[in-house]
Amino acid sequence: MVKLTRRRILRGVMNGAAVTVALPFLDCFLDNHGRALANGAPMPVRFGTWFWGLGVTEDRWKPAKTGAGYDVSEELKPIEPYKDKITVLSGFDVILDGKPNLPHNSGGIGIRTGVAPGKVELPAPSFDVLIADQIGKQTRFRSLEISATRDATNSLSGRGEGSINPAESSPLRLYTRIFGPEFADPNAADFKPNPGVMARQSVLSAVADQRKDLESRVGARDRERLDQYFTALRQTEQQLALQLEKPAPLAACRIPPKPADTEPPNSQVEYVIENHKNMAQLLAMALACNQTRVFNFSFNTGASSLTKAGSTISHHQLTHEEQIDPKLGYQPESTWFVERCMEAFGVFVDTLGQFKEGDGTLLDNSLVVAHSETNFAKVHSVEGIPVMLCGRAGGKVKTGMHIAGNAAPASRVGLTVQQIMGVPVDTWGEGSMRTNKPISEIMV
Amino acid sequence: MTASRRGWRTATRLAAVGLMSLLLGCSSTQNDATRPTFASAQPPGRVVGMRRLTEAQYRNAIADIFGADIQVGGRFDPIVRPEQELIATGASKSTVSPAGFEQFDIMARAIADQVLGEQRRATFLACQPADPAQSDPACARSFFEGIGAYVYRRPLTPAELQFYVDLAGRGAQPTHSFYTGLQLGLAAMLVSPEFLYQIDAVGSDGAQLDSWSKATRLSFLIWNSVPDAALLTAAGRGDLETPKGLKAQVDRMLASPKAEQGVRAFFTDFLELDRTADLSKDTVVYSRFNSQVPKDLSEQALRTVVDLLVTRDRPYTELFTTRKTFLNRNLGIIYNAPVSKADGWVPYEFPEEADRAGVLGQGAFLALFSHEGRSSPTLRGRAIREVLLCQPVPNPPANVDFSGFNDTKNAVLRTARQRLMHHATDPVCASCHKITDPIGLSLEKFDGEGSFRTTENDTPIDSSGSFEGKAFDGASALGYLMSQSKTPSQCVAKRVAEYAVGATEDDLPKGWIDSLFKGFEAGGFKYRGLVEEVALSPQFFAAPATPAPPAKVAEASTSRGAQTETR
Repeated sequence: MVKLTRRRILRGVMNGAAVTVALPFLDCFLDNHGRALANGAPMPVRFGTWFWGLGVTEDRWKPAKTGAGYDVSEELKPIEPYKDKITVLSGFDVILDGKPNLPHNSGGIGIRTGVAPGKVELPAPSFDVLIADQIGKQTRFRSLEISATRDATNSLSGRGEGSINPAESSPLRLYTRIFGPEFADPNAADFKPNPGVMARQSVLSAVADQRKDLESRVGARDRERLDQYFTALRQTEQQLALQLEKPAPLAACRIPPKPADTEPPNSQVEYVIENHKNMAQLLAMALACNQTRVFNFSFNTGASSLTKAGSTISHHQLTHEEQIDPKLGYQPESTWFVERCMEAFGVFVDTLGQFKEGDGTLLDNSLVVAHSETNFAKVHSVEGIPVMLCGRAGGKVKTGMHIAGNAAPASRVGLTVQQIMGVPVDTWGEGSMRTNKPISEIMV
Repeated sequence: MTASRRGWRTATRLAAVGLMSLLLGCSSTQNDATRPTFASAQPPGRVVGMRRLTEAQYRNAIADIFGADIQVGGRFDPIVRPEQELIATGASKSTVSPAGFEQFDIMARAIADQVLGEQRRATFLACQPADPAQSDPACARSFFEGIGAYVYRRPLTPAELQFYVDLAGRGAQPTHSFYTGLQLGLAAMLVSPEFLYQIDAVGSDGAQLDSWSKATRLSFLIWNSVPDAALLTAAGRGDLETPKGLKAQVDRMLASPKAEQGVRAFFTDFLELDRTADLSKDTVVYSRFNSQVPKDLSEQALRTVVDLLVTRDRPYTELFTTRKTFLNRNLGIIYNAPVSKADGWVPYEFPEEADRAGVLGQGAFLALFSHEGRSSPTLRGRAIREVLLCQPVPNPPANVDFSGFNDTKNAVLRTARQRLMHHATDPVCASCHKITDPIGLSLEKFDGEGSFRTTENDTPIDSSGSFEGKAFDGASALGYLMSQSKTPSQCVAKRVAEYAVGATEDDLPKGWIDSLFKGFEAGGFKYRGLVEEVALSPQFFAAPATPAPPAKVAEASTSRGAQTETR
C-alpha cells in the first residue's frame, strides 16, 4: 500500500467529480476474505431501532405462516425484496400489570425499557442505551437519534429517570453534527491529532474530576440527575479521546454532499417521507464512516399527526374516527398511512441494503429493531406490538422468519437483541415483563 | 414604591449596560458603588434543588454577563413539561443528555472564543499577562475571580478559583497562549453544573436558602436572568436577610427594564407559548398560515400581556376582556385587519363585533389548541380548564371507541357542535366532554388558524356555552365571565408560586398559595403586586424541611403535548 491514499484513489477514479454512488469496497483495505479490516479488526456490527407510530392493520400485516419462508402480507409488500433478511415478530405483548394504558406511550416505552410506565417518561434505560454502552464506546458518537418529523423530543432512547436522548430533526443538522468541522476523515493520508480536541478533552476531564464537592452536598434525587450530567460529560470526553487516535481507514466512507437547509417542516406525509429518505442516507454514511454504531430513528411520532396535503384530518384522528369499512374489513384512510409507514421502512432497509461494505452490505453488518407503539391504534392495544428485526448482525442472527409470540412479553425482544449485541444480561424487564427467555429461534 | 412603579410602567428599553464593565477591576472609569463586594466566601451548604437553565435563561445570562453581542449558537436539550405542570417545574427534574452536553460544550467554547478574542478581551481583563505566550497565574486569577462570581452566581471558593487558574495554566503551556488558556478555563466554567443549573443551597440556619441562592431565585423570577452586580453586592452584604434590604432590591429589580423579560418568560411558560415553535398547519387548508405566523402569534400574545400588565398596569382579569393588542402585516392577514405599517408592530384594538376578547380571542391560543386542518372545541375547552383555570381534565379511556364520532363530510351533522353532541350521547364520553365542550364550543367561530367565520359546511355556527353555571354566547361573553370569576386569578397565583420555586403545589409551603391569592385580590389583581408579594414572602426562600421527596407516583394521564389524545 505504498502511498496509495484514499484521497488519491478517489481523485483518480472519479476525476474529482462529485461522488454520488457508493464506491466498491477496495480490497487493499481488507484482509483476504473481505470480512475484516486490514488491521485485523472485524467489521463492526451496528445496532439500531426504527420506530413508526400508530401500528398496523393486523390482518393485513401479520403473515399467515410462521417459521422460515413466511408469506408476504399486504402491508409488508414494501419489504418483500429483503424478506430473507427480515424476521417478523407478532404477538409479543407489552403487559401493563394493572397500570393504566397511557395512549401511544405505554407500548413504545414498555417494549424499549421492559417496564410498563406509570407516566409518560422512560422508567428505566432503553435497551438501545444498554447496547450502546457495550458497543458504542469506540466511536465518536455513542449513538445518534434521528427524527424525520420536526420534534426533537420524538425519541424513545434514554437512561430513564425522565431523560431522553433528543433527536436530530433536520438533514442539515444531522449532517453538521456528523460531518461538520470536527469530522476526521478516516481515509485522510496523514493524521495529526487536533490540538483543539486535545485541549477540550483535558478540560472536560478536569471538570469531571471536580464532581466530588457538589455530589457531597446534594440529596439523593438530585444526585441521580448529577450522575446523568457527569455520565454525559464523560461520554463527550471519551468521544474526544477517540478523536485523538488515528481512525482506521474505511473504504466505504466518504463525505456526502451537504444537504440544503430545508423548508420549515410540517406534518405533511410527503415532506416527512422525503426528510426520512435524506436522513437515512446520512445515517448510512455515518455508519460507514464509523462515527457511530448505534442509532435510533423515528419516522413519525406515537400519536402521529401526519396529514395528507389538503386533508383536515390527521392519521391519528383517522385511527379513532374512521369507520371500519364493512366490505374491506379495515379503515381505508388510516391504512393508507400505515402503508406509507411500511414503505418508508422499505426505503430505510433498502438504504442499508444497497450500501456495499466488504463483501456484503451495511444491512448484513447491522441489526435493526423496527417497532411501533401499538398494534391496533383505534383502541390503543399494546398486545402484539408489531416488530421486525432486520439485518444479519454480521452473521450473529438467523433471519427470514415469522415468529408468533403468542402473548409472550415484548421484553423478550429487548433481552434478545441485548444478548446478540454482547450485553452481559440474563434477565431483563419488570413485573410480568421480567424475562430470562430470549427468542432463541433467531440466535445462531 | 412610586418611583419603582413608574419604572415598571414605562419599561423603557434602556441600552443594556455591559455588566462586566461595571463591576470588574478592569476599567478605571467604573463606578465603585456598583462593584460587588463579597463577604468572605463561606463554603456553600446543602443543596436542596437543582433547576436546569432554560434556553432563554442561558441566553439572557450570557448576554448579561458578557454582552448582548455575543453569539450563542446551538441546540438546547429540551426541558420536558411534566403533565399538568410548568416547564419551570420540569426544569427541577431535568437532566442533560450526552447529545445535549455535546451542544453545551460547543456553545461554551464558542462563547469563550468570542469573550477572549482579540476584539473583546480588554473589556474583560484588568491585567495584561507578562508574556502572552505563557501562563500568568496572577492575571488569570483576577479574571476568574471576577467572572466566576457571575457565572456561578456566588463567589468562587478558594479551591474552585485555584482549579480554574491551574486549568488556564495547563492550557497555556502547549498552546503557547495565555489567552487560549483562559478560554479553556472559561469554557469549562460554562459547562459546569454550577452554571447550567440553578443550584439552591441552604444557609447556615438550615431553614432558608443562603443569600446567594436567594439572589439567584429573585433574579430568575423577576428578570429570567442572572443576578447583576448590585444584587450580588447586596447578597454579599447580607441585605437580603433583612425585610428592608430585600424590599429595596425587589423594588429596584421590578423597576428595571429587564423585568419585562421576566414577565414574558412566565407567560410563555404559563400560556404554553413555547409550543408555537412546533406549531404548523396544513397549508392547503390554511394557506395563509406561513411558517412565520406561529412566531408572530406568540409575540402578539406577549405584547398584549406586557402592554396590559406592565405598561398599563391593569388587573390580570382584563387579560380575558381586553381588545387592545398589536399586529403586524403577517397577522393582519390572519385577522383580516388593516395594518398601516409594512414592517413591525402597530397597536390595534379589535372592534366589538369581531368578538375577540383577551387571550382567548387571539390566534396563539386558538391555533395552538386546534388540529392541523380544523378547530377543536375539545382541545380549546381542555386548555381553558387546565391552563387558565388549573382544573385537570381526565383523559379518555385507552380503549375509547370513536366510531360514533363521524367525519367532517357528514351530510347531516355539519358542525363540530352537532358532531360532538352526537358523540356525547355515550355517557362515558359525556362525563369528560361536558367539562370541556360547553366552553370550547363558544370559540367555534374561530377556525383552526384563528380566523373568524360564521358558518361551517354552510351551516351557521352556534357559539353558545356555559361557564361556572352561567349561560352565555360567544367569545367575548366567555372572556367577561372569566374576568368576573376568581378561578383564573387563583390559578395564576398558584402558577406564579410554582414558577418561582420550581416546585408543584404539593411541595410548596402549606397555605402559601392561599395567602398569595388574598394579597393578589386585595391589591386589585395586579400582576406586579403578585410577583412582589412572592418575592417578599419568607416562604419563597424556605428550604424544604427534608430533601425533596422522590418523584410522585404515576398519574393515569398523558400530557397535553405532542402525544395528545383528545379531540
